[in-house]
Amino acid sequence: MTQEVPSPVVELEGVDKRYGDGPLILEKVSLSAQRGDFVTLIGPSGCGKSTVLRLIAGLSPVSAGTIAVDGAPAGTLEKLSFVFQEPTLLPWLSVQGNVEVPQRLHGAGAAQRTEIARRSLELVGLSDRTGYFPRQLSGGQKMRVSIARALSVSPRILLLDEPFGALDEMTRDHLNEELLGIRQQLGWTAFFVTHSVPEAVFLSNRILVMSANPGRIHDEVAVDFPYPRTEETRESAPFQKLVAEVSRILRSVERLKP
Amino acid sequence: MSEQRQGLTVSRFARQLLPVATGAGMILLWCAIDLALSPEHRFLLPTPGAVARAFVDEGPALWGAALNTGTGALLGFGSAVALSFALALALSLSPLVRASFYPYLMILQMTPIIVMAPILILWVGPGLRSVTIITFLICFFPMVVNTTQGLISTDRNLVDFFRMCKASKAQEIFLLRVPAALPYFFTGLRIAGTLAPIGAIVGDFYAGNSAGGQGGLGFLAIIYSSRFQMGALFATAAVSCLLGFVFVAGVIALSWLALHKWHDSFSQADN
Repeated sequence: MTQEVPSPVVELEGVDKRYGDGPLILEKVSLSAQRGDFVTLIGPSGCGKSTVLRLIAGLSPVSAGTIAVDGAPAGTLEKLSFVFQEPTLLPWLSVQGNVEVPQRLHGAGAAQRTEIARRSLELVGLSDRTGYFPRQLSGGQKMRVSIARALSVSPRILLLDEPFGALDEMTRDHLNEELLGIRQQLGWTAFFVTHSVPEAVFLSNRILVMSANPGRIHDEVAVDFPYPRTEETRESAPFQKLVAEVSRILRSVERLKP
Repeated sequence: MSEQRQGLTVSRFARQLLPVATGAGMILLWCAIDLALSPEHRFLLPTPGAVARAFVDEGPALWGAALNTGTGALLGFGSAVALSFALALALSLSPLVRASFYPYLMILQMTPIIVMAPILILWVGPGLRSVTIITFLICFFPMVVNTTQGLISTDRNLVDFFRMCKASKAQEIFLLRVPAALPYFFTGLRIAGTLAPIGAIVGDFYAGNSAGGQGGLGFLAIIYSSRFQMGALFATAAVSCLLGFVFVAGVIALSWLALHKWHDSFSQADN
């Protein structure tokens, strides 16, 4: 690999998506992300932002166009993780057992599994909860386990589908900061879906605003605040101004609805 | 706070005492009814003492019959669990298989098992084999239906997660679908566990073996009723009840072992 030609980590080229004979969900979606990008997809309900993540993950095939993930077809990269809207844990396994699942499915030995799970749980600050079962955890803790599990495969790409949508604002803000902190250490490329404009602005360096019926990429907003970002970033005037601007674009997109 | 706790202690004690008191009251009522009956009708309701005596006099016959019926119930129940699990796996794998088999499962469920008894007697002869098959037929349907439902109700996202981890089909079934189906499986098991002793006793009533020492509780009930041995009949009923209790307790213990750590049905708040 040569240094001077930065190839995109994820590249979508003229992607259409429909399920069966249903209506067009996505139309001519093209986007590319460079290594280390934190790209957030935001838009009205039903604009297909979650579908974009599913396509990148290879969970569903495109109807037209192409997707390249690390230069290969979608669904082939092992170092890619998906964090779902719900924690999506296996309730019969302990916290430790849940984080070990990806390694176990890949056939890793017990010692390696334990070590990787230990490190992943340390990253999300749950080292003292390894023996707990999911039902004994709060919503925020469950989400942390879900993130630890996603991190356990040392992902190059992390896809997060509205992971903090069900949490209260305090917990959400806190987890946002932690997520950026972990990213600072591990440096994956992230695709994030949310309904919250402040969350999008806080996390990303690029925001893609989508419109619905069919889903298209309507606009792109660059977020230039330097990382690491903190509580102060959130309170700063430029941050507030950008939140207002993205909200305005979002409202104009909502008005496009037929 | 402390007053509340005190109240709780008292009510907990009372709660343990209440069933005992109710039982004593019922026995008193039983004796009173006995005394109120005219002497020529008194044989219809044996006294508690007469029932206790029947337990002693008919003890070997009762426990032997309970053992025979219990064996049939356990064999029928066990084979129903094993075969229903295998069929549920097959049914869960393909909607086509489900569509082709479900109507016949329904027909099996609709057929009153009693009419199977004469057929089974002709096929395999009266006794343990017939009793086992009748118990099997009664237990099979709720087990298949619940287990299949469990196997096809796995959280979509968890299935996606397994696919993204490149899990094999076998891994998806045995590390995800089967454990996720356990609560459904145990719902089926509780129903089947209640039905198994009943099925075995009814089976024995119609298809029991009359040879010495081969009959079960159903057969024993026929013998005692033909001899108007009311005390022994009551004792037979009590032993049948005990057999049912053993089965249900066994199933509850099994489901507790499998689920209490992680499933909400055993959360501390409920128990």
